[in-house]
Amino acid sequence: MNVDRITEKLNILADAAKYDVSCASSGSKRENKNKGLGNASNGICHTYTEDGRCVSLLKILFTNVCIYDCAYCVSRKSNDIKRAAFTVQEVVDLTINFYRRNYIEGLFLSSGIFKDADYTMERLVQVAKKLRLEHNFNGYIHLKSIPGASDELMREAGLYADRLSINLEMPTEEGLKLLAPEKNRQDMIDPMGFLKNEIILRTEEKKLFKKAPMFAPAGQSTQVIIGATPETDQQILQMSDQFYRDFKLKRVYYSGYVPVLSDNRLPALNTAVPMVRENRLYQADWLMRFYHFKVNEIVNQDNPLLDLDIDPKLSWALRNLQEFPIDINKADLRMILRVPGIGVQSAQKIVAARQFRKLNWDHLKNLGIAVNRARYFITCNSPQHERRDLTGTAIKQYILAESQSKYIKNSTTQLNLF
Amino acid sequence: MTTLIYDGTFEGLLTAVFEIYEHRLTHVRMQKGEWHNTALFENVIKVVTDDNRASRVLKGIKQKLSAQGLQRLYAAHMAEMEGEDDNLIGYIRYVFDSPKNIEEDYGNKYVMRVSEIVRMVRREKHRMEAFIRFQELKDKTFYSAIEPDYNVLPLLIRHFRNRYADQKWIIYDVRRNYGLYYDMNETQFISLDFATVNPGNVISAYNDDEAVYQDLWRNYFTSVNIPARKNTKLHLRHVPKRYWKHLTEKI
Repeated sequence: MNVDRITEKLNILADAAKYDVSCASSGSKRENKNKGLGNASNGICHTYTEDGRCVSLLKILFTNVCIYDCAYCVSRKSNDIKRAAFTVQEVVDLTINFYRRNYIEGLFLSSGIFKDADYTMERLVQVAKKLRLEHNFNGYIHLKSIPGASDELMREAGLYADRLSINLEMPTEEGLKLLAPEKNRQDMIDPMGFLKNEIILRTEEKKLFKKAPMFAPAGQSTQVIIGATPETDQQILQMSDQFYRDFKLKRVYYSGYVPVLSDNRLPALNTAVPMVRENRLYQADWLMRFYHFKVNEIVNQDNPLLDLDIDPKLSWALRNLQEFPIDINKADLRMILRVPGIGVQSAQKIVAARQFRKLNWDHLKNLGIAVNRARYFITCNSPQHERRDLTGTAIKQYILAESQSKYIKNSTTQLNLF
Repeated sequence: MTTLIYDGTFEGLLTAVFEIYEHRLTHVRMQKGEWHNTALFENVIKVVTDDNRASRVLKGIKQKLSAQGLQRLYAAHMAEMEGEDDNLIGYIRYVFDSPKNIEEDYGNKYVMRVSEIVRMVRREKHRMEAFIRFQELKDKTFYSAIEPDYNVLPLLIRHFRNRYADQKWIIYDVRRNYGLYYDMNETQFISLDFATVNPGNVISAYNDDEAVYQDLWRNYFTSVNIPARKNTKLHLRHVPKRYWKHLTEKI
């Protein structure tokens, strides 16, 4: 092994892959078989980088050579950077050796498009196939599906990978046209549809025949870049909602644009990464997936942008004060989930615990709910509760005054309290 | 107030419960370990662990708790958290004194406390599953040293057996001085005598490739960071400093 060469390749190809934010290693059901290596049923973040993002998978590009010239991408053809490419064996060795040391849950392999889609996809599939068949590797494998690759290759990829993903890159077709004129949104959507149908088909098959092979058991995901183009949060979240419904996606990732290139179509190089907005989008995404919120309740014609200074659940509650206060000892789970300061686990605990006794503020505090936020929206088995007829603005002001926002010093917008 | 001194085992704890009911004790305090003849004016009972009594109590608990609930109680005790035995005894008594299963009665202080303990233990177990870093020795055994906040090593057996079925490994809790050894067939608890190990031999005990992969991993860790998004507070929250000395990428 030429250590220096491998080190250089790893540095280049990990650096080029890091803007893909997908990190999940959960959702699969792959077990260790025949006393082989690994399993993929856990979802573990093995470490966190200094920017606070989780490192779960060995996330690399097969190569950063690319025939495309997308404005937002570091690896674009016209960018003057060092290029490198792994061999199939090199990726396999790195994955196995990192995995054996418990550094990672598995491999996330993406690639620049070299020659053509099929040629690229074939290399990715070869890596996964070798890991599975020659090394009896049962760890997590996430492959990029390359738009335009043949159905045959996609099908093969699904047999070896746990998750497949195609990045939409831009939330809207117009955004993509502007920054990646050579790419076509439909080319990304087609394989998503193909894989969705294939997954449904294979899952049915597996129900009938236990021995039928798994097919992408952790499903599909996608990513959109936020803040490179002028879409509103409403457009972004409606897009997510549509893809969750139409393509049964497991995740949509939002990647705040990091200015890496100077291009007059893009935000200037000194623009701050929109980290707060990205965080709010994830919170909104969680509300849709785990809290039974409809996308229109979170963003709509009147409120196309998410509040940056408060989270979207609090924001919804303040716009809908007529729904509150609710009695924590009577309200149904769906409504408890809508109370600011109560998460999914606490909500379930409340519903379980109230069968034994009526809960008061002390109980709720011990259950771990954020009483300082929830108190404006609930009553419980205690004579003390908020009796003033406060306006949304006033509640927001009280909550902001006593909470230390993690973003307050980064916040660029004025808090419009008055 | 009666002080019950027991040997720290789960069977010992269950035997203590037996004594409490046998002697109709109301106010009790648990104490681990040897009885030092100092507390002259206190009521002290030395609990002699008795498998027969313990299993009778266990049978009783099984009738009142779900299998999961029992597991949680067991994990909470095994964690060996300072001063929590009284809460565990309180929990078990509440289990016996209630007509129905009280596992989810979070309004009760003992149920709440056990739930908190279990959450802390599970978090530590999960951290170990994430933060363990193996180093390959010359004989192809993968070795890892850990210092978890609580005693979670026994909880790790299943995860690591399922995952690393085809390699020999040792996970050693250097704080509690015992470890787990898997020889590709079974796992067993071991203890190593570090006093006899010459530190000079340690480096040479590693496989030749070991340093290479450690360097590659550190390189990777640096390469995937995005400096424009630096967020030290978040980084520290996820990877608290006390774990760093066993983390290859943070050494």
